[in-house]
Amino acid sequence: MSKQYETVIGLEVHVELATKTKIFCGCSTQFGGEPNSHTCPVCIGMPGSLPVLNKQVLEHAIAVGLATNCDITRYSKFDRKNYFYPDNPQNYQISQLYLPICRNGYVEIETEDGKKKIGIHEIHMEEDAGKLIHDEWEDTTLVDYNRSGVPLIEIVSEPDMRSADEVIAYLEKLRMIIQYLGASDCKLQEGSMRADVNLSVREQGAEAFGTRTEMKNLNSFRAIQHAIEGERERQIDLLEEGKAVVQETRRWDDTKGCSYAMRSKEDAQDYRYFPDPDLTPIVVSEEMLAEIRGRQPEFRTEKMARYKEEYDIPDYDIQILTETKHMADLFEQTVAICGQPKKVSNWLMVETLRLLKDRNMDPEDIRFSPEHLAGLIALTDQKAINSTVAKEVFEAMFDTDVDPVQYVEEHGLKTVNDTGALKQTIEQVIAQNPQSVEDYRNGKEKAIGFLVGQTMKAMKGKADPATVNQMLKELL
Amino acid sequence: MKKEILQYTALELAAKIKAGEVTAPEALEAVLAQIEEKEKEYHCYVTVDAEGARARAKEVQAQIEAGTLTGPFAGVPVAIKDNMNTQGILTTCSSKILGNFIPTFSAEAVKKLEEAGAVLIGKTNMDEFAMGSTTETSAYGVTKNPWNTAHVPGGSSGGSAAAVAADECFFALGSDTGGSIRQPASFCGVVGMKPTYGTVSRYGLIAYGSSLDQIGPLCKNVSDCAAVLEVIAGHDPKDSTSVEVENTRYTESLVDDVKGLKIGIPRDYFGEGLDPQVKDAVLQAAQVLRAKGAIVEEFDLSLVKYAIPCYYTIAAAEASSNLERFDGIKYGYRTKDYEGLHPMYKKSRSEGFGAEVKRRIMLGSFVLSSGYYDAYYLKALKVKALIKKAFDEAFAKYDVILGPVAPTTAPELGKSLADPIQMYLGDIYTISVNLAGLPGISVPCGKDEKGLPIGLQLIGDCFKEHTLIRAAYTYEQARGEFGTP
Amino acid sequence: MNVISDETIEYVGILAKLELSGEEKEQAKKDMGRMLDYIDQLGELDTDGVEPMSHVFKVHNVFREDVVVNGDGREDTLANAPERSGDSFVVPPTFDM
Repeated sequence: MSKQYETVIGLEVHVELATKTKIFCGCSTQFGGEPNSHTCPVCIGMPGSLPVLNKQVLEHAIAVGLATNCDITRYSKFDRKNYFYPDNPQNYQISQLYLPICRNGYVEIETEDGKKKIGIHEIHMEEDAGKLIHDEWEDTTLVDYNRSGVPLIEIVSEPDMRSADEVIAYLEKLRMIIQYLGASDCKLQEGSMRADVNLSVREQGAEAFGTRTEMKNLNSFRAIQHAIEGERERQIDLLEEGKAVVQETRRWDDTKGCSYAMRSKEDAQDYRYFPDPDLTPIVVSEEMLAEIRGRQPEFRTEKMARYKEEYDIPDYDIQILTETKHMADLFEQTVAICGQPKKVSNWLMVETLRLLKDRNMDPEDIRFSPEHLAGLIALTDQKAINSTVAKEVFEAMFDTDVDPVQYVEEHGLKTVNDTGALKQTIEQVIAQNPQSVEDYRNGKEKAIGFLVGQTMKAMKGKADPATVNQMLKELL
Repeated sequence: MKKEILQYTALELAAKIKAGEVTAPEALEAVLAQIEEKEKEYHCYVTVDAEGARARAKEVQAQIEAGTLTGPFAGVPVAIKDNMNTQGILTTCSSKILGNFIPTFSAEAVKKLEEAGAVLIGKTNMDEFAMGSTTETSAYGVTKNPWNTAHVPGGSSGGSAAAVAADECFFALGSDTGGSIRQPASFCGVVGMKPTYGTVSRYGLIAYGSSLDQIGPLCKNVSDCAAVLEVIAGHDPKDSTSVEVENTRYTESLVDDVKGLKIGIPRDYFGEGLDPQVKDAVLQAAQVLRAKGAIVEEFDLSLVKYAIPCYYTIAAAEASSNLERFDGIKYGYRTKDYEGLHPMYKKSRSEGFGAEVKRRIMLGSFVLSSGYYDAYYLKALKVKALIKKAFDEAFAKYDVILGPVAPTTAPELGKSLADPIQMYLGDIYTISVNLAGLPGISVPCGKDEKGLPIGLQLIGDCFKEHTLIRAAYTYEQARGEFGTP
Repeated sequence: MNVISDETIEYVGILAKLELSGEEKEQAKKDMGRMLDYIDQLGELDTDGVEPMSHVFKVHNVFREDVVVNGDGREDTLANAPERSGDSFVVPPTFDM
């Protein structure tokens, strides 16, 4: 009779903050760039260099802390975490151990049993390391310090999660909050959000925690799910065999579907944390907190509730529109210009999402402005363009944020509303297609579709199909 | 002519150059000739950049004549301790591990001196990574005391102090973490000053004990020191620990007046271990100040003997971390034969660092390590708080604290390194000044029977350099000529 | 009296990435032992209730603005590289990346 095991999971999530410069120097954080092109004496640890804290990093960290119900530490310091590794130019990482900037928070997730609070033990600021690229040919490793010094916040949860689903829900909630704050774009695949999973198992009902392992290299929700399932199995197998779980760090290989232990004995893992003498303590005042609180945006739950009240659109639409702040802002700003929330919603939910998927883009990458979307909607309202043309104009607008009115002018796409010219064309079409006319008059309703098509062709698509249809019916 | 030029103080030379009586190239040639003559004996320098200096002197002279360069040190040759970055000029910290390091930027203090028109002669010898009190831990040979070449010049800014004493420069910059400016100044009969922590930017100073390090001047007299400090002091946004000092016009305090100045002499400084000749010279100096109207009084400072273990714990801990960056990857020495990453680290560092540096790195790593952090490092930080408090209480009663700089005059070469702890004890009077972040100055006040100089230390309250300079200047004026080696 | 073991010296060697010869190890054990004995004096002081002082002056909140001021730093960064390949530093192969 096999025992029932409970999985206990805690997460350490690293988030790359969306600042223009690094945490301790004025180098750009822009992704890409030739190796070592975004470096300076500070972020490569030149002798004689000194760090100075980027204020924006502190503000983002506090904002995330406030949004996750944390206590903000009023007297906070940076500590040095000492260990030798080539991606770490000073061979110490500036982080926070003793006095992290935020503590004792939580986020709420939806589970099948209702709402659940996942505790946040602490959030602290730290610097990212450089990148190591293995050179297979030469059997050496190449070091690029562009990423060294990019600001991170590390969010350490309590071991409150019990399943992969809860972990995913927690990560999605965190991501939504942080994206809404504009603190980071939180893209797992790009590494702007990284999750390390701490997992242990224990018999159902047991009080004490089992020995936990840490898993790294989880680059997608899928990998996280597999890793959790795999590690749970592995640990249960060990315990069932009477063996002990070793506390270690394991690297998950999603292609192979298994993990293996990391960290050679050369690393004593004794980090000798001590307060960094080169950086001054941070004293957070009531004023600073009030200012940051004041800048906090409306979060998704509140927004959804407000949309339900203010706009006459279905719940499903609200759900999609508020998934990201960018999309929600676009929606609200467009409606503010032209009204018609349902029409705006349709454009965003149908065409926009389709093109995003097609072009493999994220909502944050949407280029067109609310003014232009409103302009496009106005053109369709005026029946200046028909729906087919509208889609074409939209795609151009999506790709280059071109002014739809301008685009229609330049490409001569206006629907011809001149009834005289239209009537002439229709009469020509009738004359040229006697068979279809016959068919229609004999009761074949579908024949009119063909005639509409022919008319549209003759009009080079610049007619309103509904008007054409009506006119044909009148003339026949 | 050349020898006469060498007699000038830095400010006197600057005035002569401004007046057109001497040119910058002439002053430089005088110094270079002196170096040519004396260096093989004294070995003050690791690097002499004659070519660069000559080019610069020419350039500076042209600017002076055109009226575009009016800085206080225009044309005056200066020596810089080899732990301060100088762009394009080899900077070694007297260590093998930086034997080929050419900085891509200059230290802030160096830049300020260059803006003031100073001409950089070269980089002076020091104890490796500023760890030592005799300049004997240098990987590039020892420096000899110009007063008696069988003796050390002191350390770690021994090269700078000796260069000033030997006229191999007109003034120099040094760094002081536990006494490394004041003690060699005392041993070499020159004036050396450590400002209040945060007064001079540490940007570009290769760090040893970050919470203790400060850059300061070594000069022929107090006036030069005040003038140099005036140039190099000031807030630097690139150094988070740099402080906005209200009034950096230190030369305004070169006033001969100590009437009513309250001077405290710690009884604990005058116990066992203090050489009687040093004691006499220092107490005599106190009398000189009393005669000039100062109120001189003895008091109990307390905690004096704890300053040394407190300092060494903190400095070693910070140093062990600051020196981790020397790993053969981005700059500096990399070992030739190695297999694998960690062996490369170990061999490069073990081959590149000297014994004293390794000793302190190991001690520092130990006191920060798991299980010992509270008992050693945190404890030392608490003692530091107590020491600061003791000084705060003292400065509530006194304007200036007076005492010796070192318990002895310069020891003989080769006698100090055998017993590290004995050597550390020599820092007893200077070390607590760094722990409390206070300003301190060493002014020559006598000589022992061998003719070796004795220094008088004056310690001020934080950011009270003005009072300190006034007291030092007054003493110096009353003392009269000190002489040269 | 602090007696430093071989293990301790080896452990510290791993932390500090220093390797010592047999002789050096013996000397290091002695030196460290003596130094710690000396530092143990601090135990004579009553520091209950005293806050550890890491920064000597009450300077707080030193910040910089989030403005890019540095350009392409490649040349300076690599100027002293002991070994480089293109614009990267070269090190022995690392594992567990």
